[in-house]
Amino acid sequence: MSVIKVDDVSIRYMRGDFRDIGIKDYVIKKLKGNYKITEFWADRHVSFTLEKGDMLGIIGTNGAGKSTLLKCISGVMRPTEGSVEVEGNVAALLELASGFDGELTVYENTYLRGAMLGYTREFMDSMYDKIIAFAELEDFQDRPFKQLSSGMKSRLAFSIACLVNPDVIILDEVLSVGDGGFKEKSGNKMKEVLSGGVTGILVSHTMKQVRELCNKVLWLNKGQQICFSDDVEAVTKAYEEFLITKKLPSSIEDIEDLAKKNDVRVARIQNRKKKLEQEKLFKLVETLDDASLQSLHELVEEHMQK
Amino acid sequence: MFNSFKQHMFLFEELTKRDFKKKYKRSVLGMGWSILSPLLQLLVLSLVFKHFFGRNMEHYTIYLFCGNLLYGYFKEATKGGMNSLVMNKAIITKINVPKYIFLLSKNISSLINFLINIGVFFVFCLVDGICFKWSFTLLIIPVVCLVIFNIGVGMILSAFYCVFKDVSYLYDIFTMLLMYMSAIFYTVDILPLNLQNCFYLNPVFCFIKYFRVIVVDGMIPSLGLHALCIGYAALLLILGCITYKKMGHKFVYYL
Repeated sequence: MSVIKVDDVSIRYMRGDFRDIGIKDYVIKKLKGNYKITEFWADRHVSFTLEKGDMLGIIGTNGAGKSTLLKCISGVMRPTEGSVEVEGNVAALLELASGFDGELTVYENTYLRGAMLGYTREFMDSMYDKIIAFAELEDFQDRPFKQLSSGMKSRLAFSIACLVNPDVIILDEVLSVGDGGFKEKSGNKMKEVLSGGVTGILVSHTMKQVRELCNKVLWLNKGQQICFSDDVEAVTKAYEEFLITKKLPSSIEDIEDLAKKNDVRVARIQNRKKKLEQEKLFKLVETLDDASLQSLHELVEEHMQK
Repeated sequence: MFNSFKQHMFLFEELTKRDFKKKYKRSVLGMGWSILSPLLQLLVLSLVFKHFFGRNMEHYTIYLFCGNLLYGYFKEATKGGMNSLVMNKAIITKINVPKYIFLLSKNISSLINFLINIGVFFVFCLVDGICFKWSFTLLIIPVVCLVIFNIGVGMILSAFYCVFKDVSYLYDIFTMLLMYMSAIFYTVDILPLNLQNCFYLNPVFCFIKYFRVIVVDGMIPSLGLHALCIGYAALLLILGCITYKKMGHKFVYYL
């Protein structure tokens, strides 16, 4: 049974309709007969399914339609075409700090956010202390939210979303929250949540992160689905190659090809690095005098014997 | 719809609390303003108009208070309702929650204000020598109708406000017109009869009229007036629901 099923989803934005131009221009243009709407497809024919426990990484350059797709999955938007089916409650971390109210206190904001994510008052009562402790905001509970630093705000948002045990978690470039200590803590917490059988979607520009956390990957480019695959290694490498050469793969074989090319490139870069280091070493040896060369020789021999 | 509302009860409570708290956050008097501001309005109105319209009329201040009370609530609730979607766009575009929740919570916080003012109104009645009668309990009918009416108007306005920002300015003008058409500070008796009947086309006038018949005239309103109040409320609520049903999922594109 799939938890998330996205079937041939396309999302269209309208440009130049009355939202853009206001009522006056709308009427004038309507009368003149040059009223025109241009379409913009943020996503076109995107399809994939996720089983329970899957972690999907969505990759793509800016403007690829990643966030729009997430909005569709979290139910904020309806797809123009196609269908999205999601089972269970969704905790969406789309831009962490939004939706908080600067005038309210941390305490009030925590409850408000919990309510927005669909939890009951009893549940929030029981979780509140844990959330505040995890966010390390014990001393700030009665402060207006606007007085917090932006790192603290994100910490609170992250803590709420992670500690409430969602069925589906959606993370939009949010895994690098807070300072060093909290980053490590949140990373561990994230892994713990994910290993608990939650189904997740992660948008990230860090391929290393995608390789570490995800078992499936979706590559979008300008709204088009390049591929959906469980070969995370190959796709992320192909994507890295694409970022350098700007050449899109046209088939699955192409992706493997690109991934190999990327391997070669990475190997070459490493080789060059190694060579540079060797050269440095040689130069160093050349500058040594006879006595120190002798002692170096003895050291190496001693080491070899060991 | 009822089920989803039950599910979102907690959110509804939190939003109402937020709206109410934010309203008086920076003022010194806080909630005192919700009592003081209509009283000051009343003072100004009665200073200006008492000598024009209230000379040969008993309980003119109460007459004025009725109109100002209901009109004030109508204006506040519908304007708040109009802004409710745009003000919460940061939430609506990020998290999937039913949009009418924002409108309802805003309406509730103006309703609380209104109820406080009704309390003040009754105190004024006593001072002016109008004793409490059992017929006063009937006032619950126009109050409930007005609440529903305001929600309906708020739904329609907030939907259009998402799309046309101009609605806000047009509505300001419209409410001003409505104020003069609601016979707040004058009586309609001076006008010819067929013109008097035109006033019943204005829902706000009907609600005000209902209040006046009971409080000032001490009578029970006719069945026709009941029908008008209930009819207007039902009509606007239905129109509002249709608007939301039709446009609900499109709001995100416009916010």
